[in-house]
Amino acid sequence: MCTVCGCSEGAETQLDGKSLKHTHSHDHSHEHGHSHDHLHSHETGDKTVALEQAILSKNDRIASDNRRWFDKLGIVCLNLLSSPGSGKTTLLEKTLKQLSGPCCVVEGDQATENDAQRIRATGALAVQINTGTGCHLEADMLHAGIHELEPEPGSVVFVENVGNLVCPALFDLGENKRVVVLSVTEGEDKPLKYPHMFHKADLVVLNKVDLLPHLDFDLQACLGYVREVNPNCRILQLSAKTGEGMQAWLEWLEAERPELAVSA
Amino acid sequence: MHELGITRNIVSIVADAAGSNPVARVSVKIGEFSAVLPDALHFCFDSCTRGTVLENARLEIINVPGRLACSDCGIEFGSSTPFGRCQCGSRNLRCVAGDELLVHEMELQ
Repeated sequence: MCTVCGCSEGAETQLDGKSLKHTHSHDHSHEHGHSHDHLHSHETGDKTVALEQAILSKNDRIASDNRRWFDKLGIVCLNLLSSPGSGKTTLLEKTLKQLSGPCCVVEGDQATENDAQRIRATGALAVQINTGTGCHLEADMLHAGIHELEPEPGSVVFVENVGNLVCPALFDLGENKRVVVLSVTEGEDKPLKYPHMFHKADLVVLNKVDLLPHLDFDLQACLGYVREVNPNCRILQLSAKTGEGMQAWLEWLEAERPELAVSA
Repeated sequence: MHELGITRNIVSIVADAAGSNPVARVSVKIGEFSAVLPDALHFCFDSCTRGTVLENARLEIINVPGRLACSDCGIEFGSSTPFGRCQCGSRNLRCVAGDELLVHEMELQ
């Protein structure tokens, strides 16, 4: 089904339980014609043909389309990434109840509509993408999701990516910012073990800090490891469950909305 | 194991460019920071090319070493990670080379 991630072979990506055909990427199929042009224009020898084409160019092209569309409508799109069980959905549930202004959520999981149902219970719009055996969201899946949601101008669109600290780091969705959520139950050295994910983060949210008194988690070491792979990203410590630290997160979100809307 | 999907993208790009011409060799550039394993690409290539114009083609992987530039003192240096510390102490580094994921060229039969 998915031509980018081999692990989704044999499975079908679904959007709210319906088959997600990659129709939007097919819309761009005319652009393949350019590579035929290259066959003639960049020949370097009798039989050698220069291509110099990005391997992920198809995904990146759709991601650029998404980003242009967000900019045009003054929409802020945030890609939430983490391992499974870090508390992304709970963070979103609490956030949606407190954040003012229009919001919607694109949920990504291998299976079930559980997360979209939890989000809808807060009153927010949500669409569930099931990737089958696929291990990450791709730009065309977000494209299909936002067409389904039709977010109004000025919205915050949250994307809850498939829980995985490896593959989603490689795929641009067209988001404005990447938020990596790390929970203190996972161990302080995750930023060093999965450096590509943390290196590309704009914000790292350290979740479940209410559990710190019960754990051997070395907070200062963890903050140092994040700084080591990503010296400039912001780090917020919070507990979505107790509400501790949530205010700073909400303020960060509010600050992102006008800033990005203005840059459009 | 995103290398299987990466390989499918390589095959798709080359097959589009080659049309009906059989391909003898495919050359790709893989940067050291790209989180893609060259050995895994070789492993996937044979099965992904079966029944295409790339069948029996040779996959040539050009490994691009990672290189960072310090935004504070301007020095450039080799690195195996896209982050690190410059000899001047700065962590304010930008990638000069190593994030490549490119189909470089193909050779037709």
